[in-house]
Amino acid sequence: MVHKVRKARYVGAPLLMISVNLCLFALFFIWPASIGLGYSFTSYTGVGTAPFVGLDNYERLSGDPAFWAALWRTLIYTGSVVPLTFVASLGTAYLLVSPYSKGKTIARVVFFLPWLISPIIAGVIWRWMFGENFGLVNFVLAKFGIAAVPWQSNADLSLIVVIIAATWMGTAFNMLLFIAALKNVPVSYYEAADLDGAGAWQKFRRITLPAIAPTSFIVVLLSTLHTMKEYGLFVALNAGGPGTANNLIVQYIYTTGFKRAQIGYASAASFVLLLILALIAVVQLMANRRKGA
Amino acid sequence: MAIATRPPALRRTKPNARPGSRTGDLARKIAASSVMWLLVVAYGFPTLWFVISSFKPAGKLFSYPLTFFPENPTIDGYVEAWTSFDFARYFINTLLVAVAATLLTIVASAAAGYALAKYQSWWLKIFAVCILLTTMLPGETILAPLFLVVRNLGLYNSLSGVVVPAVITATGTFMFRQFFVTVPNDLLEAARIDGSGEISTFIRIMMPLAKPIILTLAIFSFQWRWNDYLWPLIILNDPNQFTLQIGVASIIGAQNVNWSVLLGASVMSMVPLVAIYLVFQKYVMNADINAGLKD
Repeated sequence: MVHKVRKARYVGAPLLMISVNLCLFALFFIWPASIGLGYSFTSYTGVGTAPFVGLDNYERLSGDPAFWAALWRTLIYTGSVVPLTFVASLGTAYLLVSPYSKGKTIARVVFFLPWLISPIIAGVIWRWMFGENFGLVNFVLAKFGIAAVPWQSNADLSLIVVIIAATWMGTAFNMLLFIAALKNVPVSYYEAADLDGAGAWQKFRRITLPAIAPTSFIVVLLSTLHTMKEYGLFVALNAGGPGTANNLIVQYIYTTGFKRAQIGYASAASFVLLLILALIAVVQLMANRRKGA
Repeated sequence: MAIATRPPALRRTKPNARPGSRTGDLARKIAASSVMWLLVVAYGFPTLWFVISSFKPAGKLFSYPLTFFPENPTIDGYVEAWTSFDFARYFINTLLVAVAATLLTIVASAAAGYALAKYQSWWLKIFAVCILLTTMLPGETILAPLFLVVRNLGLYNSLSGVVVPAVITATGTFMFRQFFVTVPNDLLEAARIDGSGEISTFIRIMMPLAKPIILTLAIFSFQWRWNDYLWPLIILNDPNQFTLQIGVASIIGAQNVNWSVLLGASVMSMVPLVAIYLVFQKYVMNADINAGLKD
């Protein structure tokens, strides 16, 4: 406790140290969040006055099929990408720390490369693979006598391609987190399990998974938040199409706010996204608490 | 949180290391290695196919049957991409944004992370929660008003408008906090006894110690900014200010996508990051990131 008292004496230095981040937080978080909330009750277009319209934006939003479609599509997308990424990153991490797999140096680099590639370029890479008339995938399928699959013009197939690309892209970072966690599982646990004659799956299920639970939680939370706001990958892969079928929520906000200059309306949509993300974070934090308790 | 995470003094590198002479070992080696190499092919192939295709002549890109290797390798696509777009400028703009943002991010995150690790007060705790909030509620949730704020600050259509709002990062701040927590307080106390000021101790003694973290965050920050698309797209209006991602995206946005140019441009835009990664690999691969969510 002596420690605490001594530390408390310093005010100026720590204040100075956090000053940059504190200013940035106030400027680029508090300020926009507050005026955003304010503008969501107006029909502001970015210029001129901002006429107050009350809850009108939110009412329009709740009756806007495009908004609901975007939200629903975002949830389907996130609900597919997060579990796939989880399995892929844990699987690759497990193989990279396993003493049984050979050639890990190269494998590590290959698994990690997609992290270096931007969503735009990743989108281009997968579009090149899955082009309807020119892609390698359809070419190979044709070799086996399968008719060209409409990877671009069918909305659901198009979304599947984006999900594959997003999993491919998201594996690397989460794999890093899992590698660090797996390396920290005490060897003695496995040795004890060996003495008890536990099988590989049992050891994974009963020792590895519980031991890395805190990291699993971080992976799920961070990739959920990240996936919910994907935009670049869609721009490059299918431009949110065919038509507007694969417009996700961020694209919806971008289109209404910046293409149609409906700042007030877009602010309301942004605020709904903010609430959803906050809800996701709180639910996951609470679930994690309960599990840990 | 979880009970079984880290019993002290029992950490070792290989969780499964049980060098046994059981006959199952060879089978396991074969099984694990083949699964891993199958995944290596699955993860590596799309990029490989993409890069190889970029060396095909434009006329051969779509000619069936597709061949894996180009018959007459050419760099025409690259040359055309470089000349038909203002690619050099995009490169310089992206580099400016990435370098400036990275330097600022390191300074801001190191200082804030150090304060969170070595001082205690109620307002620092609140500050930590605020930083965490930026992860939970990213810029996309306040896209339109954030744009208005940046415009009001006179930063619209300037590269600083791309850089400044991106400097604050929870990942970076907590990376430093986590590191500085492990630096013994005795070191700080000793410096105080020697009469070194708090800020001076931080800059002269603590920052040099944090070199590995600085490098790790530098690579992360550089990657974030290099690959950023939506925010630069909103802030930058003048083609002279465009970054690489906007440039490449504009090629895809065209009515008829010129794939030869697109392939060349895309590959060129990836090269710097891949090069940086290959040089500083160990700083990335050993990163322990938890964005303040685990303690």
